[in-house]
Amino acid sequence: MQEELFSSGRNIPNIDPTLEVWHWPISVDLFFGGLAAGLLFFAALFYLMNKEDKYPSIVKIAPIVAPIGITIALICLFYDLTHKLYFWRLYLTFRIESPMSFGSWVLLLITPISFLWVFSYIEDIFPKLKLKNNFLIAIKNFGATYRKAMAIMLIPLSISLGIYTGILLSAFNARPLWNTTILGPLFLSSGLTCAAAVILFFGRKNKEERNLFSKITLATLLIQLFLMAHMILGDFAGTEAQFQAIQLLVGGEFTTAFVGFVIILGLIVPTLLEILELRGVKIPILLPVLLVLIGGIVFRFVMVEAGQLAHYLY
Amino acid sequence: MRYGMVIDTKKCVGCSDCVVACQIENNVPIGYCRDWIQETVTGAYPTLALEFRSERCNHCDNAPCVRCCPTGASHKLENGIVMVTKDECIGCGACIQSCPYDARYQHPDGYVDKCTFCSHRVQEGLQTACASVCPTKCIYFGDLEDPKSEVSQLLKTRTYKSLAPEAGTKPQIFYLI
Amino acid sequence: MTTSRRKFIKISSLGLGGVATATSSLNLFGKNPLLHPLSSEITSSDLKRTPTYCEVCFWKCAAWAYTDENGNIKKLLGNDEDPHCYGRLCPRGTGGLGMYNDSDRLKTPLIRTEVNGEQTFKKASWDEALNLIASKFQDIAKTNGPESIALLKHGAPGKHFAHLFNSFGSNTFAEPAYAQCRGPREAGFGLTFGTWVGSPEPTDIKNTKCLVLIGSHLGENMHNTQVQELADAIDKQSTIITVDPRFSTVASKSQHWLAIKPATDMALLLSWMHVIIEEELYHKDYVKKYTAGFDELKAHVKKYSPEWAYGKTTIKPHIIRQTAREMAHAAPSVIIHPGRHVSWYGDDTQRARAVAILNGLLGAWGNRGGFFLKEGLALPKYPHPKYPKPKWDWQDLAKKYPLAQMGITTEVVNASIPENNPEHPVKAWLVAGTNIPKAIPNLEVIEKATEALDFMVVVDTMPMDVTGYADVVLPECTYLERSDGIRSAPNKIPSIAVRIPSTKPKYQSKPSWWIAKEIGLRMGLKDYFNYETYEEVIAWQLEKLGTSYEEMKKIGVKTFPRTSGDLYLKPGQDYEFGTASGKIEFYSKELKDLGFDPMPKFTQHPEPPKGFLRLNYGRAPMHTFSRTVNNPNLSALKKENNLWIHPKVAKQNDYFNGQEVWLENQDGIQSNFSIKIRITERVRWDSAFMIHGFGHANKKLSRAYGKGINDTQLISKIAIDPIMGGTGMRGNFIKILTTNPDNTALL
Repeated sequence: MQEELFSSGRNIPNIDPTLEVWHWPISVDLFFGGLAAGLLFFAALFYLMNKEDKYPSIVKIAPIVAPIGITIALICLFYDLTHKLYFWRLYLTFRIESPMSFGSWVLLLITPISFLWVFSYIEDIFPKLKLKNNFLIAIKNFGATYRKAMAIMLIPLSISLGIYTGILLSAFNARPLWNTTILGPLFLSSGLTCAAAVILFFGRKNKEERNLFSKITLATLLIQLFLMAHMILGDFAGTEAQFQAIQLLVGGEFTTAFVGFVIILGLIVPTLLEILELRGVKIPILLPVLLVLIGGIVFRFVMVEAGQLAHYLY
Repeated sequence: MRYGMVIDTKKCVGCSDCVVACQIENNVPIGYCRDWIQETVTGAYPTLALEFRSERCNHCDNAPCVRCCPTGASHKLENGIVMVTKDECIGCGACIQSCPYDARYQHPDGYVDKCTFCSHRVQEGLQTACASVCPTKCIYFGDLEDPKSEVSQLLKTRTYKSLAPEAGTKPQIFYLI
Repeated sequence: MTTSRRKFIKISSLGLGGVATATSSLNLFGKNPLLHPLSSEITSSDLKRTPTYCEVCFWKCAAWAYTDENGNIKKLLGNDEDPHCYGRLCPRGTGGLGMYNDSDRLKTPLIRTEVNGEQTFKKASWDEALNLIASKFQDIAKTNGPESIALLKHGAPGKHFAHLFNSFGSNTFAEPAYAQCRGPREAGFGLTFGTWVGSPEPTDIKNTKCLVLIGSHLGENMHNTQVQELADAIDKQSTIITVDPRFSTVASKSQHWLAIKPATDMALLLSWMHVIIEEELYHKDYVKKYTAGFDELKAHVKKYSPEWAYGKTTIKPHIIRQTAREMAHAAPSVIIHPGRHVSWYGDDTQRARAVAILNGLLGAWGNRGGFFLKEGLALPKYPHPKYPKPKWDWQDLAKKYPLAQMGITTEVVNASIPENNPEHPVKAWLVAGTNIPKAIPNLEVIEKATEALDFMVVVDTMPMDVTGYADVVLPECTYLERSDGIRSAPNKIPSIAVRIPSTKPKYQSKPSWWIAKEIGLRMGLKDYFNYETYEEVIAWQLEKLGTSYEEMKKIGVKTFPRTSGDLYLKPGQDYEFGTASGKIEFYSKELKDLGFDPMPKFTQHPEPPKGFLRLNYGRAPMHTFSRTVNNPNLSALKKENNLWIHPKVAKQNDYFNGQEVWLENQDGIQSNFSIKIRITERVRWDSAFMIHGFGHANKKLSRAYGKGINDTQLISKIAIDPIMGGTGMRGNFIKILTTNPDNTALL
């Protein structure tokens, strides 16, 4: 038998017995960050492909969720800081090795662009709205003029944002559950899946859009499943620390949430539903959309919490 | 100049004087600690082994906390000591996540805090508080780059280990075994 | 006092507010100035230092208290010149600061009173409290004689009250440090070598080649210099042999850990003697020159072969032989450590005799690496009128035990119970610096005694459990805020250390010398207290010693050259031991004449009944029994004790680590509180172990209340040492209860 204990009675708040430094706001931040990244990526991509009018929900309507999501993400991020009055220190330096720094800068850049993008389509989103204020009209026109430039910037920025949500966690080699290179692509694909699901919802009345995004949702779901399997198998084949970490998800206290909500309800069921949809079976569109979104957010909660429980063994 | 510590587990009795001395010297709030004692028991009665380790920030040569800090609050001094500037720290918690030794914590005032190798004492030519009080004199502090220093000599002549070297952090605290 | 009384008061009511302020862990916006009024880094250079000696335990290490410009004590460091600490304090000494900072401290004098039929304490002025004490003491002295007022004491404050008591004619003193702790070993070594072991023990661990620890867990008991020297011995790769049924810290540092069956030490000791004598490994010249009764001993231990001992101790014969040879090989640079708390099974003086004889056989006493010849300095006595002679004193209470050399606390307790028909009834107590309900067993008996007392005063710094029984509670200031007698304990070289207040007493607390003096003045004993402040006494004594208050204030510790000769015996040196024969007495005529065994014998002690575990208790390095458990710095290190049980016991009963359980002993006594299980290979399957001093019952101890179990509460069967009256406490057995028997109401 091996017995390990602190004989000096260590019991530091949020550190012992297990880490609880990051709370729900980080999970929410990661979810909305990923969702916004996906929405902006699709919007920019389809704009650059000149499909602005063919797929209006993608380019014009659905992106309205992005600035809202980013704002929530930013608030959450700020809320989870414990030395808040010094947050401006983030923007006095750029540290490429620090995902937190990298992410803060990406958020700083992508936030105004996302607002401007949405604002430039404000009259398309709300057809009854007529802007009267000259200043607002000027901003809208400015946005409309530089849409292409914005779209070109949004492609790398949104991918960066999506990857940031993954590498924020995976950069810590001290946390074996997070410390896998697959986590970046996995979170990016999960963000894209959620975004695709949101777009599917907004474009549900447009047959072409619905058909296209059913396909895209299916594709991202399959990619995500593939990456998820990679992560689990990788940890199983990994070190003892990784092996014990993944046990938390597949044979521990997070198993119900992870296998039930993330894998089955969040990935497998929507995949089947989308396959049925594409084969012409009528399904209530809200169902896969909600399942994907709930799966996405549960996935981030599970990863943030379980990741802090898993630790190095020495 | 690269400060480091050598701790003789053969002598340590786990009395925790290092912990109290640190708490008082550095005004660490009650309920928190910058150093602590780990006890490991292996074997079965009556064939047993027991190890006490006084643990703290390892002042890693390849410090993940310094790398992941978004503001540069966590930094490494010329002499190898890893420090946190509290007025630059935003309390994002990334460094805490990055530390395989769980050596950092959020101070009740919000910033992240940890062992400083008693930098303020070292500047005055003193030993760290923990090393200066240890009743068994099992904590040795000194310059690992100076081949004549006590710490270097001990590492030359004794068997030692460091904690979680596989994490690649290059810890600068060595345990004589 | 008149009321049907001395129900234990939990000091929960009247005028004792001061709710601990809870601070939330995180502060939304920046700094909370209240949390950290102090700068985060202090360097000694900004601070003023005042000499003191530590009072967190009995080792009395000389220290420096560092204060800032506002008189706040910032830290404590050892005095480099001090032979008791070599400049390093132990965790308790370093954390002694917490004793001063503890916000649960007693703040004002308290007097027992009755409000609406409920007994409680009311805040009182010093005058009120002292007048009451003086008049009560005078009344009781008039009716029952001053001898009926007993003093139960420990540590520095005890001395001041001893002076007061002697002045009014009572020498009815006792302290648990004797009969409940090291008394048996002092008696055993006294009988053998003609001198007490004393404190600090004159063990030359630093230079030893072989250290044998039997019933001593150095490293868990942080006897400062001994632990420091133990580390030196480890560095030098000296042989360490540890005999302990539990895998103690030092067992893990030993070349040989002899996992002995509990209660069988004597068999091993006798068998070691057998091997050493039969194989002629003893130190022949030494034995010939300095000892008496070798032939009797040789004949006596012949039957105690290792094979015989194996059956008792479960230690294999070849291990017994091997360890005996290693000791002999190292001799005379060998120490068979006398231990400290040795009141275990009732034959403890004899056990200590066996340890002493073994040391004698190997020539350890007076040799380098064995026991050095200690030397102390006699302090000049500050002049006062002759003390009146009491009609009876502690010796009359302890006369059943012919070799008791100090007052026996349990006998004072017994003499306080009228139904025992004591020859010399005790009517009042003053308790200073000792927490009786945690120090001596049988709470029921203590409660019977306190119930019967006419009057009881407790002087303490903290609202310890014992304060709950008092009529008057007096708040003493901590050692950092007061002067006390000059420390002078025998050691390698004679030394003195002074205690000078480093800051003003907090709250309304007062030093003991002041309390004793004020009671004395009120009792008309002015001539005995012929000084304004105690500093005058110290200054007078220091002048006589050829130094001064001013000098000592600067240096704290002064050492003096030895005058009694060398630290060790020279080869062939004539030396007279303090025994009747002047030799080391292997055979004790004194014991024989008193009707005891002249040489130690093996006695079989009771074993745990089925379903019970033997209750063993011990220490943690960061605590001094019950007195430090509420200390904020030290409770942060260990806030509760755990019940150590072997994995086999856990498996059989489905216990899990951290499980909350209650305990019941062989007499059906159940614990007030719960304790968490620690499953560990470090204990035997037939024993349970816990750290002594926890399970405080006083709610005013905000950090210590209800944390863990008080082992003393579960000790109801005691084995009394017939030779010196020691209270053997190791023969108790417990069973584990997994549901709460709910005894809290009984408190």
